[in-house]
Amino acid sequence: MSEPIIATDGLTREFVRRTRSGKLLRDKTVVRAVDDLTISVEAGESVGYIGANGAGKSTTIKMLVGILVPTRGTVRTCGLDPLAQRRRLAHEVGVVFGQRSQLWWDLPVRESFSILAAIHRIAPGRAREREAELVGRLEMGDYLDTPVRQLSLGQRMRAELAAALLHTPRLVILDEPTIGLDVLSKQRLRDFLIEERREHGTTLLLTTHDMGDIERLCDRVLVVDHGRLAYQGSLDGLARTVGAQRVLVVDLVAATPDLTDLPDVVHLGSEGHGLRQRLAFDAERTTAARVLTEVSNRVAVRDLSVEEPDIEDVVRRIYQSQR
Amino acid sequence: MSARLLPYWRLLVAGVHEQSTYRLAMLGGLVANATFGFLKVAMLFATVRAAGGELRGYDIGSMSAYVWVSQGLLGSVNVAGTSDFADRIKTGDVAVDFSRPISPQGAVVAREVGKAVAALGPRGLPSIAIGALVVGMSMPTTPWPYLLGVVSLVIGVVLSAALVYALATAGFWLIETRGIQVLYMVISGFFTGLFVPISLFPGWLSAIATATPFPSMMMYPIDVLTGRVSLTRSLVLLGIQAAWLVATLVVGALLTRAGRRTLEVQGG
Repeated sequence: MSEPIIATDGLTREFVRRTRSGKLLRDKTVVRAVDDLTISVEAGESVGYIGANGAGKSTTIKMLVGILVPTRGTVRTCGLDPLAQRRRLAHEVGVVFGQRSQLWWDLPVRESFSILAAIHRIAPGRAREREAELVGRLEMGDYLDTPVRQLSLGQRMRAELAAALLHTPRLVILDEPTIGLDVLSKQRLRDFLIEERREHGTTLLLTTHDMGDIERLCDRVLVVDHGRLAYQGSLDGLARTVGAQRVLVVDLVAATPDLTDLPDVVHLGSEGHGLRQRLAFDAERTTAARVLTEVSNRVAVRDLSVEEPDIEDVVRRIYQSQR
Repeated sequence: MSARLLPYWRLLVAGVHEQSTYRLAMLGGLVANATFGFLKVAMLFATVRAAGGELRGYDIGSMSAYVWVSQGLLGSVNVAGTSDFADRIKTGDVAVDFSRPISPQGAVVAREVGKAVAALGPRGLPSIAIGALVVGMSMPTTPWPYLLGVVSLVIGVVLSAALVYALATAGFWLIETRGIQVLYMVISGFFTGLFVPISLFPGWLSAIATATPFPSMMMYPIDVLTGRVSLTRSLVLLGIQAAWLVATLVVGALLTRAGRRTLEVQGG
């Protein structure tokens, strides 16, 4: 089993956009959602697949599992051809599309699991065991008999995750699984995924806009921009790029002139006549602690927070640095 | 049951459960069915009486049976052409259907059949009961029309689900299928024999109707169930129904395969 669990070569998908021009005529434009993408993921890895909205992440995922047909290039998932062997592949892969539900809206959560167990032809004993495991770990016991339409978003996302993992897939693909969730729900989902991987050695491919997801869950990241691979490598490498633009926000006890002359710090802006100031710093050259000391030497600090940059910003920087 | 069919059976059962959650909507459907049933009674009884008490094999009693059985089937035979699946293609939720190790066509048809079966109880039987009690109707006194009628009804219901599925696959190319859905609704209202029995059509129109799958969805099951046609003719009708069912399923499968090549799911 040396073949990667995901392997694409020159994978490309184009969409034809028709825009109306005049009464009858229509203009055709070709949008390349995924552009000559060559990636490889080994079994057992946990990979973050990140990029801005419209970068081509979801389109890639849909080609990986045989939902969309590639325009060019090849793709193999779990050693199978996703298009020709879509059904066989579906037994090996669990997918969560964060924006779409795979549960039966009008039926209790429990029944969705039972339907999915039948769809995947899991033996009844095994299905019961697995369901109990997932219900326990994701703490779903108190809403198993509730119809899906009455669940909160956090409850539903846990049920979605359980639904995708019920057949114990080798490869789990999560497309924005934490979208719209509160901090605690995110935390719970992440802890669950870490445990699931430890127990079953599951391979994970995750798209997200949440840096926390990546930091907690992924060993490696692939960054995609305009359908092209813009970066691939370790989290540390990404963190260094990310670190270049952390922002320290300080609330000061008194209105203070803009702190524009601190070493290794760029003053981004002030609010309330300088009561709150935003200071960007390069984590390679200095630390949050040193910046704080510098500030404290001049004026007393009442409160502070460190802002992590969002993924879109990271992607933009990585992409720019490549040109 | 074979392991290959088990998922579809389970989806059918799920369809029954889903349909059963909307009891109030079913009651509303029943009220609407009965209201239009009385309208049909008024018009068609007048027609039969004007013809001297008998019209193309229908007397008052058998016309009443036609009216109330056809109204009863309205909750189970999809005459409107609307479907969840058309919406799922439009919104891209069809991506979820394609990520499962089963045929989307089989899954959709199984679930719709489950819903249709669940509607037979609370919408079909009361409609027939209303007709029998309030207006009176003549029904067969031998068992075979009922036995064959049930088979015919089941084929009709499955055919209706399969046909509406095939219609929905147009969405792979058109995205918005409301135009052809409305066309379907207009045609099927006449050709299923919902408004007027097909045998009352002028010859040329009835010839067109019988060249389509629509009578197999409703008219033939009614003819078999109410004993309007002979045993031999019933078996012929069942054969025609079965042929349409197979053809519709094959076309639906081919359209699904072709449509998948053009499928575009964007935005999440």
